[in-house]
Amino acid sequence: MWKFILKRLVMMIPVLIGVTLLVYMILHFAPGDPAKVILGEQATPEQIEELREQLGLNDPVLVQYANYIINLVQGDMGMSYKTKGPVSDEVFNRFPNTMKLTACAMLLAVAAAVPLGVVAAVRQNTLFDSVSMIVALVGVSMPIFWLGLLLILFFSLRLGWFPSSGSEGWKSIVLPAVALGFNHMASIARTTRSSMLETIRADYIRTVRAKGVAYSKAITKHALKNALIPTITVIGLQIGFMLGGSVLTETVFAWPGVGRLMVDSINGRDIPMVMGCMILVCATFSFVNLIVDLLYAAVDPRIKSQYKSGGKSK
Amino acid sequence: MSKGNNNANAATSTKKHGQMYDVWRHLKRNKGAMLGLAIVVLLILMVTFAGVLYDYEEVVIKQDIANRLQSPSGAHPFGTDEMGRDIMARIFHGARMSLGISVVAVCFSLVVGGILGASAGFFGGKVDMIIMRCMDILLAIPNILLAITIVAALGASNFNLIIALTISSVPGFSRIVRGAVLTVRDSEYIEAARAIGAKNGRIILSHVIPNCMGPILVQTTLNVGGTILSTAGLSFLGLGVQAPRPEWGAMLSGGRTYIRDYSYITMFPGCMIMITILSLNLLGDGLRDALDPRLK
Repeated sequence: MWKFILKRLVMMIPVLIGVTLLVYMILHFAPGDPAKVILGEQATPEQIEELREQLGLNDPVLVQYANYIINLVQGDMGMSYKTKGPVSDEVFNRFPNTMKLTACAMLLAVAAAVPLGVVAAVRQNTLFDSVSMIVALVGVSMPIFWLGLLLILFFSLRLGWFPSSGSEGWKSIVLPAVALGFNHMASIARTTRSSMLETIRADYIRTVRAKGVAYSKAITKHALKNALIPTITVIGLQIGFMLGGSVLTETVFAWPGVGRLMVDSINGRDIPMVMGCMILVCATFSFVNLIVDLLYAAVDPRIKSQYKSGGKSK
Repeated sequence: MSKGNNNANAATSTKKHGQMYDVWRHLKRNKGAMLGLAIVVLLILMVTFAGVLYDYEEVVIKQDIANRLQSPSGAHPFGTDEMGRDIMARIFHGARMSLGISVVAVCFSLVVGGILGASAGFFGGKVDMIIMRCMDILLAIPNILLAITIVAALGASNFNLIIALTISSVPGFSRIVRGAVLTVRDSEYIEAARAIGAKNGRIILSHVIPNCMGPILVQTTLNVGGTILSTAGLSFLGLGVQAPRPEWGAMLSGGRTYIRDYSYITMFPGCMIMITILSLNLLGDGLRDALDPRLK
């Protein structure tokens, strides 16, 4: 098992290098001279040239990238064009807010989706099943930003139950978490339902029932554990989508997270800040994928034994 | 005996009409998929006749401040926006923009992802390794963030939006096509084609791709929905279609300021996005069921 964890961690390194290289190259071609952006319109050509030399902007792009990576490894993400302060300070200040929002949204989504999916499967072809799957289908199809606006309209502006923006107190996280979680709740519920349907028809469940175990116990003790394996896959994937979706949610609710920082930085053409946000989000995404892979092994003995016997990891 | 006859009849009918007829027969039985298909047809009609119904310059773009923020009425069924433009007209023309950009982006990513996935699956070895590792890198970046980064670097325009959406959808297609190609690569008919001297390009185009169409078709349908959402999301952030052009996400963003008193400005474009995605999801799910031999 440890060998597998180590292997997966080593595999993450080239992917992360590839991601940073790709993002660096894309943003390198963004229009505008960084030195001009930092010094402003009043700067003389000599001042611009001096700063370009100082920042290493006259070096070949690959040398610039290598320097960036060397600094990144030491925790230095560069200097913001806008605040003139270190990018890492701002990004790491905002990151806990994004993680808090993502975690709350995921908790809400899982807490609603798993029971919904299980009950829908157990009561297949009943009214409950149809209604819950229609809700799930609507949830998958609803744009996060529109749902966010609707939540603000009804629960904030009309009823006044929750604030429409900011991050003061627990009430302020409710609407953004619901907006971000609803869409993902729908995907998780659909997967749980189809996986549960397959599991409850399996021979071992029939055997358990034949031995006289109550239906509810057969579902909760035997079927659920096996049915949740594909659900874990989907939850892992959804965390990645949530990190992407948080850009929209944070913009709608003015939530001070990395996503909003990124959009503000794009509008302000603050490229080092955009780069810092992207790298942090992508690294988190890769790390979450690693944890999901490890979770498979933890919940599925077949996968665990594959690693133990030195079989292929995938 | 009668069951045997039925099977024989079904086999004859499939032989007579081909695989697509068989898929259509299964699709017709799925009410959800048919509803989705009907809405998609309506949307196509909407896109086709938007120009005939509403003049782009006079009704869709031109500001009419005297008529701003009018509630839905006979003259303006969906009301007017903050610039006095008819929301229904903008929704019709917005469909052209949202669907047009998404369909073009999906077609491009289908071609690029298809070529990469087919090459990776067909040739295997180093080609497969290099292509799929590149796809892994693209997959390590959440879709919308990749699109945002590309638009941030290239600048906001329709063309750049299409490039951004294409690049972010390529890995999905290449993975699907690679998987499908791997399942047919070692089939006897591929071996037979090779034996009669067919070149790799011809084998891929004439034999491999047509036999992988099922999963590709499903992925394409579902991807159009996802791309419409991304287009609307990017326009909502101000990184997609630029004002005064009508696009559903941009319309939603424009109506945000007036949501307290004039919620209909955001309600109609939001509903249109949801209905479109819903119909594509229903159709995609139906196609997946119809193409899955285990469910037949």
